[in-house]
Amino acid sequence: MKTSATDITLAQEMEEAARVAHEMRVKRDQRARMGRLLKHLFLISVSIVMLYPLLWLLASSLKPENDIFGSLTLWPTEFQWHNYVDGWHGLPVSFTIFYINSTIVTVLSVIGNLISCSFAAYAFARLQFTGRTFLFGLMMMTLMIPYHVVLIPQYVQFLRLGWVDTYLPLVVPRFLASDAFFIFLMVQFFRQLPRELDEAAMIDGCSPFKIYWAIILPLSLPALGTAAIFSLIWTWEDFLAPLIYLNDIKSYTVPLALRLFLDQEGQSSYGQMFAMSVLSLVPVVIAFLLFQKLIVRGIATSGMK
Amino acid sequence: MWRGSISPLKASFMRRFIARNAPAYAFLTPWLLGFFLLALGPILASLYLSFTRYDMVNAPRWVGLANYEYMFTRDRRFWKALEVTFTYVALAVPARLIMALGVAMLLDKGLRTIGLYRAIFYLPSLLGASIAIAILWRQLFAADGVVNAVLGYFGIQGAAWITNPDTSLYTLVVLAMWQFGSPMLIFLAGLRGIPKDLYEAAEIDGTPKWRQFTRITLPLLAPVIFFNLVLQTIEAFKTFSSAFIISNGTGAPADSLLFYTVYLFNEAFKFFRMGYASALAWVLLIIIAIFTAISFLTSKYWVHYENERD
Repeated sequence: MKTSATDITLAQEMEEAARVAHEMRVKRDQRARMGRLLKHLFLISVSIVMLYPLLWLLASSLKPENDIFGSLTLWPTEFQWHNYVDGWHGLPVSFTIFYINSTIVTVLSVIGNLISCSFAAYAFARLQFTGRTFLFGLMMMTLMIPYHVVLIPQYVQFLRLGWVDTYLPLVVPRFLASDAFFIFLMVQFFRQLPRELDEAAMIDGCSPFKIYWAIILPLSLPALGTAAIFSLIWTWEDFLAPLIYLNDIKSYTVPLALRLFLDQEGQSSYGQMFAMSVLSLVPVVIAFLLFQKLIVRGIATSGMK
Repeated sequence: MWRGSISPLKASFMRRFIARNAPAYAFLTPWLLGFFLLALGPILASLYLSFTRYDMVNAPRWVGLANYEYMFTRDRRFWKALEVTFTYVALAVPARLIMALGVAMLLDKGLRTIGLYRAIFYLPSLLGASIAIAILWRQLFAADGVVNAVLGYFGIQGAAWITNPDTSLYTLVVLAMWQFGSPMLIFLAGLRGIPKDLYEAAEIDGTPKWRQFTRITLPLLAPVIFFNLVLQTIEAFKTFSSAFIISNGTGAPADSLLFYTVYLFNEAFKFFRMGYASALAWVLLIIIAIFTAISFLTSKYWVHYENERD
């Protein structure tokens, strides 16, 4: 601050201050814009690195064999669409069969998960009963158990029942709420629904089943949708259980079929293998594009209380 | 007690008890059946089998602690599998979480196109578990693969990543990093929950960005970090499909990809040493249980929940 007796008036001083402030603001805005730009540049480069492997897979499925390796260019010199046709029939059994098999297992698993997990979740979230806390604790503990620990006795048991080489070992557990994760996800959602709904319905003489069916389920479509999508994707990609339980190639699911390509590496072409790999991802990508919101919200809410 | 006369009082109590609980247990029936038949029963059965020699042809023969004794004292592959798995967990989990947190923080502040980035970053997490991606990974890191082509562009001579036992495990760590999407989404939700005025106040006080991160973001995000850490570690211990495919189902080269689950699978379903494999399974269960217990027991020292403060 100038205090000496000069000819600078108060007005001039204020003007000066305003100019400095304006300059600072401009500079700050510029810096913020620069920051945003840098951030975008960085995120775009990460995006490219993230997507490149997928694009490379797609490109390789269309390239001539000797173009695939050692080349970074994604654009094929000539498009080999026949990789898809040849790959589809590239194994002793056509992929039509594998897709039908995978679809059967997936659809049944999704239905099983939705019914059995919403049943259990409804009891845990909305009903009072003796032993609730204890059983809920048990259910949460099963989340931690690795599938490998129960695998051997389950296999022995299913073998005795004559279920090996059928889809029963893959599907029946889903009807017994074996994926506790979905129970947890639904419990989190059911709990948020207002209690007054149940109470009012109860006073009107609704049975618990009626409340579950006519009130809770219709209000919980987002949670059910999330569970259905994850259940679909995980079942579609599942490898270990089919690997153990399915021996006959005619009953193979898509992931098992893909592995056959690997076993005959050298004999069959890479282009065909990549083409079928791309196709195996299509249902997952479609589910993701259609239901992105449900998936994102599902992870955010099940991950958090 | 049930003989003869039940007093009317007791009978009505019983009736009310049943009426109160029947609907809930009806709804729980599928899960209860599953719990006993698919979880508890098999876990106990596998404990029993772990004390036997069992090849699926002859009946299980009791051998006491022999399986465990062999495992801990003579089985080199068991120790190798532990080494591979622990190395993987120790590298892959932090790498994935740091990646997830870093990107989540970039996305959290002031970007309008967040949805697109979020979708791109999340997609690999959905696809990553599939066999197609494992097949792709084998080719990317092959001696004549894309990774070496990129390195060659910069004049670097790349290794045969997959077939070299010194480097093969890192290709799986990179695969794990590539799938940082789901912890990223959870971090994003957590970051949303931190009040923005905290940062504004810090900004006015001239607190440098790094200290804002260590003093505001990290402590307030601790519960979410904890949750992700536990979840991702359990996931990492269970890694199977990608390791199985990339190592040709055997843990090759030179057992450098002998993940615990791959070893267990081979003992059980290739060599039909079901008793020994059951013992392996129980050790895995105990390892995961110990890890989870440690995280929960220590969590009170470094995780503070917002609503617990007085």
